[in-house]
Amino acid sequence: MVNKLVLENLKHRPVRTALSILAIGIEVTMMLTLVGLSRGMLADVARRARGVGADIVVRPPGTSLIGLSSAPMSEKMVDFLRRQPHVTHAVGSMTHPLSGVTTITGIRLDEFDQISGGFKYLEGGPIRNRDEIIVDRYYARQNNLHAGSTIQLLNRTWRVAGVVEEGKLARLVIPLDVLQELTANPGKISQVWVKVDDPANIPKVIASLKEQLKGYPIYSMEELTSLISVNNVPGLKAFITVIILLAIVVGFLVVFLSMYTAVLERTREIGILKALGASPLYVLNILFRETVLLALAGTVLGILFSYGTRWVIMRWAPASLTQMIVPDWWAIAGAIALGGALLGASYPGWRAARQDPIEALAYE
Amino acid sequence: MSEDLIIRVRDLRKIYRVGEVEVHALRGVNLDVPRGEFLCVAGPSGSGKSTLFHILGGLLAPTSGTVIVDGHDLSKLTDSQRTALRRRMVGFVFQKFNLLPTLTAYDNIAIARHIAGRNQDNDPWFRQVVELLGIADRLHHKPSKLSGGEQQRVAIARAIINHPAILLADEPTGNLDSQNSAAVLKILRDLNERLGQTILLITHDPVVASYAHRVVHMLDGRIVDAES
Repeated sequence: MVNKLVLENLKHRPVRTALSILAIGIEVTMMLTLVGLSRGMLADVARRARGVGADIVVRPPGTSLIGLSSAPMSEKMVDFLRRQPHVTHAVGSMTHPLSGVTTITGIRLDEFDQISGGFKYLEGGPIRNRDEIIVDRYYARQNNLHAGSTIQLLNRTWRVAGVVEEGKLARLVIPLDVLQELTANPGKISQVWVKVDDPANIPKVIASLKEQLKGYPIYSMEELTSLISVNNVPGLKAFITVIILLAIVVGFLVVFLSMYTAVLERTREIGILKALGASPLYVLNILFRETVLLALAGTVLGILFSYGTRWVIMRWAPASLTQMIVPDWWAIAGAIALGGALLGASYPGWRAARQDPIEALAYE
Repeated sequence: MSEDLIIRVRDLRKIYRVGEVEVHALRGVNLDVPRGEFLCVAGPSGSGKSTLFHILGGLLAPTSGTVIVDGHDLSKLTDSQRTALRRRMVGFVFQKFNLLPTLTAYDNIAIARHIAGRNQDNDPWFRQVVELLGIADRLHHKPSKLSGGEQQRVAIARAIINHPAILLADEPTGNLDSQNSAAVLKILRDLNERLGQTILLITHDPVVASYAHRVVHMLDGRIVDAES
């Protein structure tokens, strides 16, 4: 009976109901998109690192796990690493930020091919001239590029030599010496990718390197990819928390306003229920069930919207951000939205529950 | 207290405080209502009949005096106890029908059963009531699709569905035309005669009052006379 009353109440004011669901949906979308973007970007970083095919990564002292710092390490480190026992290959790369989250990698392609097996070319082929660039599929799609197209970057014009499958290094790749020259970092690199003769020797090599290179962050690829998480990126967790709190405030305010007007509008109806003997808890139960229903519908909408935001990103800017769908967060986002909504309904509910039936029945 | 008295009121007083001013709505009302009586309370606006109605219905606590309804002393009840009393012992019929606009006629009746914690599924009393009131074929309509007379019949059905000890009707024909008014009053009289339902009816209208067994007149918060 109460459920029927709740449903009929929601149907009675379809615009308000739809707006409330939409607002809660946007709140849930904000959470799911933000968490999905964070995880997606980090998973993308991890995938690209794995795609290189190295067993060990050596980064400069004082750098963060996924830092975009340019090139604070000497290229001589590559030769040093090549001389170590069990090391079969070592290749240095330089990462340079362009705009937003887009970076460009400089690397010696012949050395990279040896360690990784090389790029898979979808169009064109390897770089042959100093003004050529390799782009990945998503960057090419987003910027409508093909082999032979030209592109303006770093204050010069580049010819696209090849379009490659995504998942190795950055979305844009040029020769290491060209990037060093353009960024005024001659002889400098951002990290060294190391391949060893046998995976069983990885711990031994890492131990030896840590002994010799005090202060340098040295990771096995397994360790590196496991460390790339929201918890290990400075500030990211705090950022997510702030956005989620904002989302809760939005949900709280929307439900508060919606329920407040609903209680005002239904003053007389609440008076009728109380005259019939409905207890304050009975009235509160009706409003809370309405709120739960709004929050559930908003959560479902938010989940659908999160697919929508991913589609929009992949359709219009596939090379910019990577958003994951995060089913493990559906229940969390739903619970947060529900908590905010119930909080928003508390005061209107309290008012409704305490309403004097005689005054309520006289309300016009 | 006599066994067949369902309502016994002694020296009932109600004072409202409006800012610094005290308004004496009831000034020592005494009233006895035998079980099964159809009583009309008449009086001009401001005479205190609505306040008496609200106190007898458990909507309002008295300032002083004794109000016993079916053995329960209302003057000693807390808010939640009065709420529970309304659920089981009192049925209200209002001038403005006061149906829930989002529910069908059926659900408007059923919700009173639900609030009282009773299951209305396949309840012979439910069927008997809707047939008695002639609304069996209008149960799936919402109030906005019902005439005034039909709405008031649904309201009466809702009021008696829980077998209340007393049925309180506040100007039940005030929003109806003469034909529907007569029909509603006839229904109330039938309920009283056939089911023995105790009814207290408030009205200004002498024609409406003529349907009752007895009429008491109120003025300035007191009962000034009674006629049979």
